[in-house]
Amino acid sequence: MKRSLEDNIIDIVVYTILLLLAVVTLYPFWNSLVISFNAGNDTATGGVTLWPREFTLQNYKYVFKDARLINALWVTVARTVTGTVLSILFTSMFAYGMSRRGLVGKKFYMILCVITMYFSGGLIPSYLLIKDIHLMDTFWVMIIPGLISVWNMIIFRTFFLGLPDGLEESARIDGCNHMNTFFRIVLPVSGPVIATLSLFTAVGHWNAWFDASIYISNQKLLPLQVILNQTIQSILSFEASTTISATKQEFLQNAQSVTHKSIVMATTMVATIPIVMVYPFVQKYFVKGVLVGSLKE
Amino acid sequence: MVIPAIIMIIIFSYIPMWGILTAFQDYSPAKGFFGSGWVGFKHFKMFFNAPEFWQIMRNTIVISLLKLFIAFPAPIILALMLNEVKNAFFKRFVQTVSYLPHFISWVIVSGFVISLLSVDSGSVNILLQKLGIIDEPVHWLSIPDYFWGILISSGIWKEIGFGAIVYLAAITGVDPHMYEAASIDGAGRMRKLISITIPSIAPVIIIFLILQVGQILNAGFEEILLLTNQGQNVVLRPVAETIDTYVYRVGIENYRFSYATAAGLFKGVISVGMLVIANWIARKLGNSSLW
Repeated sequence: MKRSLEDNIIDIVVYTILLLLAVVTLYPFWNSLVISFNAGNDTATGGVTLWPREFTLQNYKYVFKDARLINALWVTVARTVTGTVLSILFTSMFAYGMSRRGLVGKKFYMILCVITMYFSGGLIPSYLLIKDIHLMDTFWVMIIPGLISVWNMIIFRTFFLGLPDGLEESARIDGCNHMNTFFRIVLPVSGPVIATLSLFTAVGHWNAWFDASIYISNQKLLPLQVILNQTIQSILSFEASTTISATKQEFLQNAQSVTHKSIVMATTMVATIPIVMVYPFVQKYFVKGVLVGSLKE
Repeated sequence: MVIPAIIMIIIFSYIPMWGILTAFQDYSPAKGFFGSGWVGFKHFKMFFNAPEFWQIMRNTIVISLLKLFIAFPAPIILALMLNEVKNAFFKRFVQTVSYLPHFISWVIVSGFVISLLSVDSGSVNILLQKLGIIDEPVHWLSIPDYFWGILISSGIWKEIGFGAIVYLAAITGVDPHMYEAASIDGAGRMRKLISITIPSIAPVIIIFLILQVGQILNAGFEEILLLTNQGQNVVLRPVAETIDTYVYRVGIENYRFSYATAAGLFKGVISVGMLVIANWIARKLGNSSLW
Protein backbone atom coordinates (compact mmCIF):
# COMPACT_ATOMS: atom_id res chain seq x y z
CA MET A 1 0.00 0.00 0.00
CA LYS A 2 1.15 3.53 -0.75
CA ARG A 3 2.36 5.53 2.20
CA SER A 4 0.69 8.88 2.56
CA LEU A 5 2.16 12.03 4.06
CA GLU A 6 -0.05 11.40 7.09
CA ASP A 7 1.59 8.01 7.63
CA ASN A 8 5.04 9.53 7.62
CA ILE A 9 4.14 12.34 10.01
CA ILE A 10 2.50 9.93 12.45
CA ASP A 11 5.48 7.58 12.34
CA ILE A 12 8.00 10.34 12.95
CA VAL A 13 6.02 11.84 15.83
CA VAL A 14 5.27 8.49 17.47
CA TYR A 15 8.78 7.06 17.20
CA THR A 16 10.35 10.29 18.45
CA ILE A 17 8.08 10.56 21.49
CA LEU A 18 8.48 6.90 22.40
CA LEU A 19 12.24 7.03 22.05
CA LEU A 20 12.27 10.11 24.26
CA LEU A 21 10.09 8.31 26.80
CA ALA A 22 12.49 5.37 26.87
CA VAL A 23 15.44 7.69 27.42
CA VAL A 24 13.66 9.65 30.15
CA THR A 25 12.70 6.40 31.87
CA LEU A 26 16.14 4.85 31.73
CA TYR A 27 18.21 7.92 32.49
CA PRO A 28 17.52 8.17 36.24
CA PHE A 29 18.55 4.51 36.65
CA TRP A 30 21.69 5.00 34.59
CA ASN A 31 22.65 8.29 36.24
CA SER A 32 22.24 6.74 39.70
CA LEU A 33 24.35 3.77 38.69
CA VAL A 34 27.03 6.15 37.43
CA ILE A 35 26.96 8.22 40.63
CA SER A 36 27.15 5.06 42.72
CA PHE A 37 30.47 4.27 41.00
CA ASN A 38 31.80 7.83 41.25
CA ALA A 39 33.77 9.28 44.15
CA GLY A 40 31.43 11.20 46.45
CA ASN A 41 33.46 14.40 46.74
CA ASP A 42 33.81 14.52 42.98
CA THR A 43 30.06 14.04 42.51
CA ALA A 44 29.43 16.99 44.83
CA THR A 45 31.26 19.29 42.43
CA GLY A 46 28.62 18.52 39.84
CA GLY A 47 28.55 17.46 36.24
CA VAL A 48 28.46 13.68 36.57
CA THR A 49 25.90 12.52 34.05
CA LEU A 50 26.57 9.70 31.64
CA TRP A 51 29.86 8.24 32.79
CA PRO A 52 31.72 8.03 36.12
CA ARG A 53 34.46 10.65 36.26
CA GLU A 54 36.40 9.29 39.20
CA PHE A 55 35.63 5.59 39.20
CA THR A 56 35.57 3.99 42.63
CA LEU A 57 34.08 1.02 44.45
CA GLN A 58 34.32 2.94 47.73
CA ASN A 59 30.56 3.57 47.96
CA TYR A 60 29.72 -0.10 47.67
CA LYS A 61 32.45 -1.02 50.11
CA TYR A 62 30.90 1.42 52.55
CA VAL A 63 27.42 0.00 52.03
CA PHE A 64 28.52 -3.60 52.43
CA LYS A 65 30.55 -2.78 55.54
CA ASP A 66 27.83 -0.78 57.27
CA ALA A 67 26.32 -3.17 59.83
CA ARG A 68 23.08 -1.19 59.88
CA LEU A 69 22.58 -1.52 56.13
CA ILE A 70 23.50 -5.19 56.06
CA ASN A 71 21.07 -5.88 58.88
CA ALA A 72 18.38 -3.93 57.03
CA LEU A 73 19.06 -5.94 53.90
CA TRP A 74 18.49 -9.17 55.83
CA VAL A 75 15.30 -7.83 57.37
CA THR A 76 14.07 -6.95 53.89
CA VAL A 77 14.92 -10.39 52.51
CA ALA A 78 13.26 -12.11 55.48
CA ARG A 79 10.21 -9.91 55.19
CA THR A 80 9.89 -10.47 51.45
CA VAL A 81 10.24 -14.25 51.63
CA THR A 82 8.05 -14.80 54.70
CA GLY A 83 5.48 -12.23 53.67
CA THR A 84 5.13 -13.51 50.12
CA VAL A 85 4.94 -17.21 50.98
CA LEU A 86 2.41 -16.74 53.79
CA SER A 87 0.29 -14.20 51.96
CA ILE A 88 0.07 -16.26 48.77
CA LEU A 89 -0.68 -19.41 50.77
CA PHE A 90 -3.45 -17.91 52.89
CA THR A 91 -4.94 -15.82 50.10
CA SER A 92 -5.06 -18.72 47.64
CA MET A 93 -6.66 -21.02 50.22
CA PHE A 94 -9.24 -18.34 50.90
CA ALA A 95 -9.86 -17.93 47.17
CA TYR A 96 -10.21 -21.67 46.70
CA GLY A 97 -12.85 -21.77 49.40
CA MET A 98 -14.63 -18.83 47.82
CA SER A 99 -14.64 -20.57 44.44
CA ARG A 100 -16.51 -23.67 45.75
CA ARG A 101 -20.14 -23.82 44.74
CA GLY A 102 -21.47 -25.28 47.96
CA LEU A 103 -20.03 -22.61 50.26
CA VAL A 104 -22.66 -21.30 52.66
CA GLY A 105 -22.72 -17.50 52.96
CA LYS A 106 -20.45 -16.96 49.96
CA LYS A 107 -22.28 -13.86 48.84
CA PHE A 108 -22.07 -12.33 52.31
CA TYR A 109 -18.32 -13.00 52.51
CA MET A 110 -17.83 -11.47 49.08
CA ILE A 111 -19.66 -8.29 50.07
CA LEU A 112 -17.61 -8.17 53.26
CA CYS A 113 -14.46 -8.32 51.13
CA VAL A 114 -15.47 -5.85 48.46
CA ILE A 115 -16.45 -3.16 50.99
CA THR A 116 -12.88 -3.16 52.30
CA MET A 117 -11.66 -2.26 48.81
CA TYR A 118 -13.53 1.04 48.89
CA PHE A 119 -13.71 2.01 52.50
CA SER A 120 -11.26 1.62 55.32
CA GLY A 121 -10.83 2.82 58.84
CA GLY A 122 -7.92 4.96 57.77
CA LEU A 123 -4.50 5.56 59.19
CA ILE A 124 -5.20 6.42 62.81
CA PRO A 125 -7.69 3.66 63.73
CA SER A 126 -5.39 1.09 62.10
CA TYR A 127 -2.46 2.48 64.04
CA LEU A 128 -4.40 2.30 67.30
CA LEU A 129 -5.42 -1.29 66.54
CA ILE A 130 -1.83 -2.36 65.93
CA LYS A 131 -0.91 -0.68 69.20
CA ASP A 132 -3.75 -2.32 71.14
CA ILE A 133 -2.95 -5.84 69.95
CA HIS A 134 0.74 -5.31 70.75
CA LEU A 135 2.05 -5.84 67.25
CA MET A 136 4.10 -2.63 67.49
CA ASP A 137 7.82 -3.09 67.09
CA THR A 138 7.64 -6.73 66.02
CA PHE A 139 8.72 -8.36 62.79
CA TRP A 140 5.18 -9.67 62.30
CA VAL A 141 3.65 -6.22 62.02
CA MET A 142 5.06 -6.18 58.49
CA ILE A 143 3.52 -9.54 57.62
CA ILE A 144 0.22 -10.13 59.40
CA PRO A 145 -1.94 -7.09 58.57
CA GLY A 146 -1.38 -7.67 54.84
CA LEU A 147 -1.71 -11.44 54.95
CA ILE A 148 -5.02 -11.52 53.09
CA SER A 149 -5.23 -9.42 49.94
CA VAL A 150 -8.79 -9.12 48.69
CA TRP A 151 -7.56 -8.03 45.29
CA ASN A 152 -5.35 -11.13 44.93
CA MET A 153 -8.15 -13.31 46.27
CA ILE A 154 -10.41 -12.15 43.45
CA ILE A 155 -7.72 -12.87 40.84
CA PHE A 156 -7.05 -16.34 42.30
CA ARG A 157 -10.76 -17.03 42.47
CA THR A 158 -11.30 -16.06 38.84
CA PHE A 159 -8.51 -18.46 37.91
CA PHE A 160 -9.88 -21.33 40.04
CA LEU A 161 -13.37 -20.84 38.62
CA GLY A 162 -11.87 -21.38 35.18
CA LEU A 163 -10.45 -24.80 36.06
CA PRO A 164 -12.42 -27.76 34.67
CA ASP A 165 -14.91 -29.28 37.13
CA GLY A 166 -13.69 -32.77 36.32
CA LEU A 167 -10.35 -32.06 37.98
CA GLU A 168 -11.89 -31.66 41.39
CA GLU A 169 -14.45 -34.41 40.90
CA SER A 170 -11.87 -37.05 40.10
CA ALA A 171 -9.86 -36.00 43.15
CA ARG A 172 -12.98 -36.37 45.24
CA ILE A 173 -13.60 -39.85 43.85
CA ASP A 174 -10.03 -40.79 44.70
CA GLY A 175 -10.82 -39.84 48.27
CA CYS A 176 -9.27 -36.39 48.58
CA ASN A 177 -10.75 -33.93 51.06
CA HIS A 178 -10.79 -30.16 50.37
CA MET A 179 -7.28 -29.60 51.75
CA ASN A 180 -5.80 -32.46 49.77
CA THR A 181 -7.54 -31.41 46.59
CA PHE A 182 -6.25 -27.90 47.03
CA PHE A 183 -2.63 -28.75 47.76
CA ARG A 184 -2.20 -31.76 45.46
CA ILE A 185 -4.45 -30.95 42.51
CA VAL A 186 -5.33 -27.27 42.33
CA LEU A 187 -2.07 -25.56 43.37
CA PRO A 188 0.18 -27.55 40.99
CA VAL A 189 -1.86 -26.46 37.96
CA SER A 190 -1.95 -22.81 39.06
CA GLY A 191 1.67 -21.99 38.20
CA PRO A 192 1.21 -18.83 36.10
CA VAL A 193 -1.20 -17.11 38.48
CA ILE A 194 0.95 -18.01 41.50
CA ALA A 195 4.05 -16.70 39.73
CA THR A 196 2.38 -13.40 38.86
CA LEU A 197 0.82 -12.72 42.23
CA SER A 198 3.98 -13.82 44.04
CA LEU A 199 5.96 -11.32 41.99
CA PHE A 200 3.56 -8.50 42.83
CA THR A 201 3.41 -9.43 46.51
CA ALA A 202 7.19 -9.81 46.73
CA VAL A 203 7.76 -6.45 45.05
CA GLY A 204 5.27 -4.90 47.45
CA HIS A 205 7.14 -6.29 50.47
CA TRP A 206 10.55 -5.43 49.05
CA ASN A 207 9.46 -1.82 48.44
CA ALA A 208 7.38 -1.26 51.57
CA TRP A 209 8.59 1.38 53.98
CA PHE A 210 5.64 3.25 55.45
CA ASP A 211 4.31 0.52 57.74
CA ALA A 212 7.77 -0.16 59.09
CA SER A 213 8.47 3.53 59.52
CA ILE A 214 5.44 4.10 61.74
CA TYR A 215 5.19 0.76 63.54
CA ILE A 216 8.83 -0.08 64.17
CA SER A 217 11.36 1.80 66.25
CA ASN A 218 13.79 -1.04 66.96
CA GLN A 219 16.75 -0.39 64.65
CA LYS A 220 17.38 -4.10 64.27
CA LEU A 221 13.99 -4.60 62.59
CA LEU A 222 14.04 -1.74 60.10
CA PRO A 223 13.99 -2.78 56.42
CA LEU A 224 16.31 -1.36 53.76
CA GLN A 225 13.80 1.12 52.34
CA VAL A 226 13.39 2.83 55.70
CA ILE A 227 17.13 3.17 56.23
CA LEU A 228 17.52 4.38 52.65
CA ASN A 229 14.76 6.90 53.19
CA GLN A 230 16.37 8.21 56.36
CA THR A 231 19.55 8.94 54.41
CA ILE A 232 17.59 10.51 51.54
CA GLN A 233 15.67 12.70 53.95
CA SER A 234 18.92 13.97 55.41
CA ILE A 235 20.02 15.01 51.91
CA LEU A 236 16.67 16.69 51.44
CA SER A 237 17.12 18.74 54.61
CA PHE A 238 20.54 19.67 53.32
CA GLU A 239 19.24 20.65 49.88
CA ALA A 240 16.43 22.65 51.43
CA SER A 241 18.86 25.13 52.95
CA THR A 242 18.10 27.62 50.20
CA THR A 243 21.19 29.75 50.28
CA ILE A 244 24.69 28.41 50.37
CA SER A 245 24.93 28.39 54.12
CA ALA A 246 28.01 28.09 56.25
CA THR A 247 27.41 24.41 56.99
CA LYS A 248 26.91 23.70 53.34
CA GLN A 249 30.14 25.42 52.38
CA GLU A 250 31.94 23.59 55.12
CA PHE A 251 30.39 20.36 53.91
CA LEU A 252 31.55 20.93 50.36
CA GLN A 253 35.08 21.67 51.50
CA ASN A 254 35.35 18.70 53.79
CA ALA A 255 33.48 16.39 51.48
CA GLN A 256 34.63 12.84 51.93
CA SER A 257 35.12 10.43 49.09
CA VAL A 258 31.88 8.88 50.41
CA THR A 259 28.97 11.31 50.76
CA HIS A 260 25.31 10.93 51.67
CA LYS A 261 24.42 11.10 48.02
CA SER A 262 26.89 8.49 46.87
CA ILE A 263 25.74 6.14 49.64
CA VAL A 264 22.12 6.70 48.70
CA MET A 265 22.87 5.82 45.10
CA ALA A 266 24.82 2.71 46.00
CA THR A 267 22.08 1.60 48.40
CA THR A 268 19.48 2.39 45.76
CA MET A 269 21.26 0.08 43.36
CA VAL A 270 21.36 -2.67 45.98
CA ALA A 271 17.61 -2.23 46.46
CA THR A 272 16.81 -2.00 42.74
CA ILE A 273 19.01 -4.52 40.99
CA PRO A 274 17.27 -7.65 42.31
CA ILE A 275 13.96 -6.41 40.90
CA VAL A 276 15.44 -5.34 37.59
CA MET A 277 17.02 -8.77 37.26
CA VAL A 278 13.88 -10.75 38.01
CA TYR A 279 11.24 -8.87 36.17
CA PRO A 280 12.04 -9.47 32.49
CA PHE A 281 11.62 -13.20 33.16
CA VAL A 282 8.18 -12.86 34.67
CA GLN A 283 7.04 -10.08 32.37
CA LYS A 284 4.98 -12.33 30.12
CA TYR A 285 3.16 -13.72 33.16
CA PHE A 286 2.41 -10.43 34.82
CA VAL A 287 0.95 -8.86 31.71
CA LYS A 288 -1.56 -11.70 31.75
CA GLY A 289 -2.00 -11.31 35.49
CA VAL A 290 -2.83 -7.63 35.23
CA LEU A 291 -5.42 -8.42 32.60
CA VAL A 292 -7.10 -11.10 34.68
CA GLY A 293 -7.08 -8.70 37.60
CA SER A 294 -8.75 -5.95 35.67
CA LEU A 295 -11.65 -8.14 34.58
CA LYS A 296 -14.66 -7.53 36.67
CA GLU A 297 -16.91 -10.10 38.18
CA MET B 1 -10.63 -22.60 54.55
CA VAL B 2 -12.60 -19.39 54.31
CA ILE B 3 -13.19 -18.66 57.99
CA PRO B 4 -9.58 -17.83 59.05
CA ALA B 5 -9.30 -15.32 56.20
CA ILE B 6 -12.64 -13.74 57.07
CA ILE B 7 -11.48 -13.41 60.68
CA MET B 8 -8.30 -11.67 59.49
CA ILE B 9 -10.35 -9.29 57.36
CA ILE B 10 -12.67 -8.52 60.26
CA ILE B 11 -9.73 -7.81 62.55
CA PHE B 12 -7.64 -5.71 60.21
CA SER B 13 -10.33 -4.00 58.13
CA TYR B 14 -13.53 -3.90 60.16
CA ILE B 15 -12.19 -3.21 63.64
CA PRO B 16 -10.45 -0.06 62.31
CA MET B 17 -13.74 0.96 60.69
CA TRP B 18 -15.35 0.65 64.08
CA GLY B 19 -12.34 2.53 65.48
CA ILE B 20 -13.47 5.50 63.39
CA LEU B 21 -15.80 6.21 66.30
CA THR B 22 -12.77 7.59 68.15
CA ALA B 23 -13.37 10.68 65.98
CA PHE B 24 -16.40 11.35 68.20
CA GLN B 25 -14.45 10.83 71.42
CA ASP B 26 -11.69 12.53 73.31
CA TYR B 27 -9.58 9.44 72.85
CA SER B 28 -6.68 8.95 75.19
CA PRO B 29 -4.51 5.86 74.89
CA ALA B 30 -4.45 5.46 78.67
CA LYS B 31 -8.25 5.16 78.89
CA GLY B 32 -8.65 3.21 75.65
CA PHE B 33 -11.65 3.07 73.37
CA PHE B 34 -14.19 2.12 76.04
CA GLY B 35 -12.97 4.52 78.69
CA SER B 36 -12.74 7.68 76.58
CA GLY B 37 -15.62 10.13 76.76
CA TRP B 38 -17.92 11.02 73.86
CA VAL B 39 -17.75 14.56 72.53
CA GLY B 40 -19.93 14.51 69.42
CA PHE B 41 -18.72 16.60 66.50
CA LYS B 42 -16.17 18.62 68.45
CA HIS B 43 -13.17 17.39 66.43
CA PHE B 44 -14.92 17.88 63.10
CA LYS B 45 -15.76 21.47 64.05
CA MET B 46 -12.16 22.02 65.08
CA PHE B 47 -10.96 20.64 61.75
CA PHE B 48 -13.33 22.76 59.67
CA ASN B 49 -12.38 25.85 61.65
CA ALA B 50 -8.65 25.17 61.59
CA PRO B 51 -6.76 28.01 59.89
CA GLU B 52 -5.14 25.57 57.48
CA PHE B 53 -8.42 23.82 56.52
CA TRP B 54 -9.02 25.61 53.22
CA GLN B 55 -5.40 25.32 52.20
CA ILE B 56 -5.46 21.56 52.83
CA MET B 57 -8.70 21.19 50.92
CA ARG B 58 -7.40 23.21 48.01
CA ASN B 59 -4.18 21.19 47.80
CA THR B 60 -5.98 17.88 48.05
CA ILE B 61 -8.47 18.84 45.35
CA VAL B 62 -6.00 20.52 43.00
CA ILE B 63 -3.48 17.67 43.16
CA SER B 64 -6.27 15.14 42.65
CA LEU B 65 -7.69 17.00 39.67
CA LEU B 66 -4.25 17.38 38.10
CA LYS B 67 -3.82 13.63 38.48
CA LEU B 68 -7.22 13.01 36.96
CA PHE B 69 -6.75 15.28 33.95
CA ILE B 70 -3.03 14.79 33.26
CA ALA B 71 -1.82 11.58 34.86
CA PHE B 72 -4.92 9.53 34.05
CA PRO B 73 -4.92 10.06 30.25
CA ALA B 74 -1.14 9.57 29.96
CA PRO B 75 -1.17 5.73 29.82
CA ILE B 76 -4.03 5.83 27.31
CA ILE B 77 -2.01 8.08 25.02
CA LEU B 78 1.02 5.81 25.43
CA ALA B 79 -1.07 2.76 24.52
CA LEU B 80 -2.45 4.52 21.44
CA MET B 81 1.06 5.47 20.35
CA LEU B 82 2.46 1.99 20.94
CA ASN B 83 -0.35 0.67 18.81
CA GLU B 84 0.90 2.75 15.88
CA VAL B 85 4.36 1.16 16.10
CA LYS B 86 4.78 -1.62 13.55
CA ASN B 87 8.38 -2.50 14.41
CA ALA B 88 7.93 -5.38 16.89
CA PHE B 89 11.38 -5.06 18.44
CA PHE B 90 11.07 -1.33 19.10
CA LYS B 91 7.59 -1.78 20.52
CA ARG B 92 8.74 -4.50 22.88
CA PHE B 93 11.74 -2.45 23.95
CA VAL B 94 9.67 0.63 24.81
CA GLN B 95 7.13 -1.47 26.68
CA THR B 96 9.71 -3.34 28.74
CA VAL B 97 11.47 -0.12 29.64
CA SER B 98 8.28 1.71 30.54
CA TYR B 99 7.11 -1.01 32.98
CA LEU B 100 10.34 -0.81 34.95
CA PRO B 101 9.64 2.18 37.25
CA HIS B 102 6.43 0.56 38.49
CA PHE B 103 8.54 -2.02 40.32
CA ILE B 104 10.69 0.33 42.35
CA SER B 105 9.56 1.99 45.55
CA TRP B 106 8.55 5.59 46.06
CA VAL B 107 11.51 5.88 48.37
CA ILE B 108 13.83 5.20 45.45
CA VAL B 109 11.86 7.39 43.07
CA SER B 110 12.09 10.26 45.53
CA GLY B 111 15.84 9.59 45.73
CA PHE B 112 16.03 9.85 41.93
CA VAL B 113 13.99 13.05 41.90
CA ILE B 114 16.12 14.65 44.60
CA SER B 115 19.32 13.60 42.85
CA LEU B 116 18.26 14.77 39.38
CA LEU B 117 16.93 18.09 40.62
CA SER B 118 19.73 18.85 43.05
CA VAL B 119 21.33 22.27 42.76
CA ASP B 120 25.00 21.33 42.87
CA SER B 121 25.06 18.29 40.69
CA GLY B 122 21.59 17.60 39.34
CA SER B 123 21.32 16.52 35.72
CA VAL B 124 18.26 18.68 35.10
CA ASN B 125 20.08 21.87 36.03
CA ILE B 126 23.09 20.81 33.95
CA LEU B 127 20.95 20.07 30.90
CA LEU B 128 18.91 23.27 31.13
CA GLN B 129 22.07 25.33 31.56
CA LYS B 130 23.71 23.71 28.56
CA LEU B 131 20.62 24.38 26.48
CA GLY B 132 20.72 27.99 27.65
CA ILE B 133 17.21 27.88 29.10
CA ILE B 134 18.37 28.92 32.57
CA ASP B 135 21.49 30.81 33.65
CA GLU B 136 21.64 29.82 37.31
CA PRO B 137 20.94 26.39 38.80
CA VAL B 138 17.37 26.33 40.13
CA HIS B 139 16.39 25.08 43.59
CA TRP B 140 13.54 23.01 42.20
CA LEU B 141 12.46 21.37 45.42
CA SER B 142 12.30 24.45 47.57
CA ILE B 143 10.16 26.60 45.28
CA PRO B 144 6.45 26.02 45.93
CA ASP B 145 5.50 26.93 42.35
CA TYR B 146 7.22 23.86 40.95
CA PHE B 147 6.01 21.31 43.47
CA TRP B 148 2.80 20.23 41.76
CA GLY B 149 4.60 19.85 38.45
CA ILE B 150 7.33 17.72 40.00
CA LEU B 151 4.79 15.59 41.85
CA ILE B 152 2.62 14.92 38.80
CA SER B 153 5.59 14.28 36.48
CA SER B 154 7.21 11.80 38.82
CA GLY B 155 3.85 10.05 39.21
CA ILE B 156 3.49 9.76 35.43
CA TRP B 157 7.11 8.62 35.08
CA LYS B 158 6.49 5.80 37.56
CA GLU B 159 3.16 4.45 36.36
CA ILE B 160 2.63 5.35 32.69
CA GLY B 161 3.95 2.10 31.24
CA PHE B 162 2.23 -0.18 33.67
CA GLY B 163 -1.05 1.67 33.29
CA ALA B 164 -0.87 1.23 29.52
CA ILE B 165 -1.00 -2.60 29.72
CA VAL B 166 -4.76 -2.75 30.10
CA TYR B 167 -5.47 -0.24 27.36
CA LEU B 168 -3.09 -2.03 24.97
CA ALA B 169 -4.96 -5.26 25.61
CA ALA B 170 -8.25 -3.50 24.96
CA ILE B 171 -6.90 -2.13 21.67
CA THR B 172 -5.70 -5.60 20.64
CA GLY B 173 -9.24 -6.83 21.16
CA VAL B 174 -10.72 -4.48 18.56
CA ASP B 175 -12.14 -6.33 15.56
CA PRO B 176 -9.65 -5.96 12.65
CA HIS B 177 -12.53 -6.01 10.15
CA MET B 178 -13.53 -2.56 11.31
CA TYR B 179 -10.13 -1.19 10.33
CA GLU B 180 -10.30 -2.92 6.94
CA ALA B 181 -13.74 -1.51 6.29
CA ALA B 182 -12.53 1.94 7.27
CA SER B 183 -9.50 1.67 4.95
CA ILE B 184 -11.76 0.77 2.04
CA ASP B 185 -13.85 3.83 2.84
CA GLY B 186 -10.62 5.84 2.57
CA ALA B 187 -9.97 6.58 6.25
CA GLY B 188 -6.41 7.53 7.23
CA ARG B 189 -4.67 6.47 10.42
CA MET B 190 -5.81 9.51 12.37
CA ARG B 191 -9.39 8.96 11.28
CA LYS B 192 -9.26 5.30 12.32
CA LEU B 193 -7.77 6.23 15.68
CA ILE B 194 -10.54 8.70 16.43
CA SER B 195 -13.47 6.83 14.95
CA ILE B 196 -12.61 3.21 15.79
CA THR B 197 -9.86 2.75 18.36
CA ILE B 198 -10.91 5.32 20.93
CA PRO B 199 -14.64 4.48 20.91
CA SER B 200 -13.76 0.78 21.12
CA ILE B 201 -11.73 1.15 24.29
CA ALA B 202 -14.08 3.73 25.85
CA PRO B 203 -15.77 1.21 28.20
CA VAL B 204 -12.40 0.21 29.68
CA ILE B 205 -11.45 3.87 30.06
CA ILE B 206 -14.72 4.62 31.86
CA ILE B 207 -14.30 1.76 34.33
CA PHE B 208 -10.80 2.90 35.21
CA LEU B 209 -11.99 6.48 35.42
CA ILE B 210 -14.64 5.50 37.97
CA LEU B 211 -12.07 3.59 40.00
CA GLN B 212 -9.81 6.63 39.84
CA VAL B 213 -12.54 8.98 41.03
CA GLY B 214 -13.00 6.80 44.11
CA GLN B 215 -9.31 7.32 44.85
CA ILE B 216 -9.42 10.99 43.99
CA LEU B 217 -8.78 12.46 47.41
CA ASN B 218 -5.77 10.22 48.03
CA ALA B 219 -3.66 12.63 45.98
CA GLY B 220 -0.50 10.55 46.33
CA PHE B 221 0.20 10.33 50.06
CA GLU B 222 3.52 8.49 49.94
CA GLU B 223 5.13 10.58 47.24
CA ILE B 224 4.17 13.85 48.91
CA LEU B 225 5.46 12.65 52.26
CA LEU B 226 8.74 11.58 50.69
CA LEU B 227 9.29 14.69 48.61
CA THR B 228 8.59 17.06 51.50
CA ASN B 229 10.96 15.53 54.02
CA GLN B 230 8.17 13.63 55.80
CA GLY B 231 6.11 16.81 55.92
CA GLN B 232 8.91 18.71 57.67
CA ASN B 233 9.61 20.99 54.71
CA VAL B 234 7.79 24.14 55.84
CA VAL B 235 8.44 26.01 52.59
CA LEU B 236 6.45 23.45 50.61
CA ARG B 237 3.70 22.97 53.17
CA PRO B 238 1.34 25.61 51.71
CA VAL B 239 1.19 23.63 48.43
CA ALA B 240 1.95 20.11 49.64
CA GLU B 241 -0.18 19.55 52.73
CA THR B 242 -3.13 17.31 51.85
CA ILE B 243 -5.71 15.66 54.12
CA ASP B 244 -3.61 12.49 54.27
CA THR B 245 -0.32 14.15 55.15
CA TYR B 246 -2.16 16.31 57.69
CA VAL B 247 -3.68 13.22 59.33
CA TYR B 248 -0.22 11.69 59.43
CA ARG B 249 1.34 14.78 60.95
CA VAL B 250 -1.24 15.54 63.62
CA GLY B 251 -2.07 11.91 64.35
CA ILE B 252 1.10 9.86 64.19
CA GLU B 253 3.59 12.59 64.96
CA ASN B 254 1.63 14.74 67.41
CA TYR B 255 -0.62 12.03 68.90
CA ARG B 256 -3.87 13.97 68.40
CA PHE B 257 -5.67 10.73 67.59
CA SER B 258 -9.32 11.83 67.71
CA TYR B 259 -8.73 14.99 65.73
CA ALA B 260 -6.75 13.15 63.03
CA THR B 261 -9.35 10.41 62.83
CA ALA B 262 -12.05 13.03 62.27
CA ALA B 263 -10.08 14.55 59.40
CA GLY B 264 -9.50 11.09 57.93
CA LEU B 265 -13.17 10.17 58.20
CA PHE B 266 -14.17 13.38 56.48
CA LYS B 267 -11.99 12.34 53.55
CA GLY B 268 -13.31 8.78 53.53
CA VAL B 269 -16.93 9.90 53.40
CA ILE B 270 -16.33 12.30 50.52
CA SER B 271 -14.38 9.64 48.58
CA VAL B 272 -17.16 7.08 48.83
CA GLY B 273 -19.71 9.75 47.90
CA MET B 274 -17.71 10.68 44.80
CA LEU B 275 -17.39 7.05 43.78
CA VAL B 276 -21.15 6.60 43.99
CA ILE B 277 -21.81 9.78 42.01
CA ALA B 278 -19.23 8.86 39.33
CA ASN B 279 -20.76 5.43 38.97
CA TRP B 280 -24.25 6.91 38.72
CA ILE B 281 -23.15 9.34 36.00
CA ALA B 282 -21.38 6.58 34.07
CA ARG B 283 -24.51 4.45 34.17
CA LYS B 284 -26.65 7.33 32.92
CA LEU B 285 -24.21 8.07 30.10
CA GLY B 286 -23.58 4.57 28.89
CA ASN B 287 -23.71 0.96 29.89
CA SER B 288 -20.51 0.56 31.84
CA SER B 289 -20.57 0.83 35.59
CA LEU B 290 -18.93 -0.93 38.50
CA TRP B 291 -22.14 -2.31 39.97
